[in-house]
Order: sequence, then structure tokens, then C-alpha cells
Amino acid sequence: MSVSVQQEDFDVGAETAALSAGRTDIGAIATFLGLVRGAEDSVRAMTLEHYPGMTEQSLAEIVTEAHQRWQLQGVRVIHRYGRLLPGERIVFVGVASPHRGEAFAACEFIMDYLKTRAPFWKREETPAGAQWVDARETDDKAAARWE
Amino acid sequence: MDLKILYFASLREALGRGEESLPLPEGVTTVGQLRAYLHARGDAWQALGEGRNVRAAVNQRMARSDDTLQGGEEVAFFPPVTGG
Repeated sequence: MSVSVQQEDFDVGAETAALSAGRTDIGAIATFLGLVRGAEDSVRAMTLEHYPGMTEQSLAEIVTEAHQRWQLQGVRVIHRYGRLLPGERIVFVGVASPHRGEAFAACEFIMDYLKTRAPFWKREETPAGAQWVDARETDDKAAARWE
Repeated sequence: MDLKILYFASLREALGRGEESLPLPEGVTTVGQLRAYLHARGDAWQALGEGRNVRAAVNQRMARSDDTLQGGEEVAFFPPVTGG
């Protein structure tokens, strides 16, 4: 399964290694790792809510679209939900391809689309209380450049 | 078949519920009309007003307000997504 939505942490090294395990035709693997960025005076924890079912389906569609756009040999997407603390891993995207160009582009494409299409919502705990994170216009712009 | 309606994140909190079922209301044939029907309940349902940034999905796919409903669908309303 190339897409996982889970509460548990994941092993970046193992996930990256699995993309090329048993193969000799892969020339490049690009990975992205997203972390909870915290600060004492701002974010102390974050809770990610999602839409079970639609989340997995939308991520799978994004991966399928990436395969249609580039010559890819393997894709792995993991996104966590639940309560996470600063420094914890949130999301992993790994892309294997013959050459680095495709791997870099597809990895960025998947993250840009994930940010605007996958039904996740972040709620931050700050010293002033908990609040839902507002969507950012820059994320829509980042996704739009692939259209 | 009843519609299954889901609410997520800040919208779920504002409405005080995450889910409900109801028959396709009279005169409602699109996602936008369903939203207007729910909005007309008043009070907390103002959160579904036209000026609010609300997205929708039908049967777990992103939907537009003119997408049609026939009854029996799973419809979700939620704020713009903020994952990643």
C-alpha cells in the first residue's frame, strides 16, 4: 500500500529504503518530511483531524496523478493524525524514479496537492488557548502552479 | 434513502455535531441548495452562510455547489483543509 493514514510514528530510513528494496533500476529517491514546528510562546501541541475514507482516497488519487505526470518507480505517502508535539513527524512523501528531476518535481507536486486536497485540519494549542489553523492562500497558489 | 451529512473541524465544533441523517429536503437538488437549507436553520447554522469559507464533498470526493444530489449520498461540509 503506497498510502497510509495513521496515528503511529513512522521510520523515515526504513520507508526510504523500502522504495528501492530489491531493485537496481532506480536512480533517484526524493523525500519530504514534515514536522510539527513549535515554540514556547506559540504552538505547544497540535491535533490533526481527518475524514476517514476520503483522506485515503484523496491521497491515492494524488499519487495516481503523479504517476500520470512523471515516470515514477515508487511512491510512498504517510500522514499522521491525532495529537502531536513539536518536533514530531507529521507527513512523509518518498518518490523513486530513474532521474532526480522527476523525483524532485513529483515529491513537491504531491505535497502541494496534499495541502489543498487531502481532508486534514490542524488545531494548535497555544498559551492563549486552542485554535483551528486557517488555510493559507500561498498553499492554493502553490497547488495552482501545477495546473 | 437518507442523506448522511458530516461536519468536520471548526464547523463540527460550531454546529455541536459531527453527523446527521435526513431525507433529501423538498426543493433541494444540489450541494449548494443543501447548504442553504441547513443555513436557514439559523443560530449556529450561520456558520454555513454564503460569506463563510466552507468546502463540501459528496461521497468522499471534493464537490462544487452546483453538483447534484439525489438522496442517499454522503455529504460532508468542512473548512478549507490544512494538512501537510
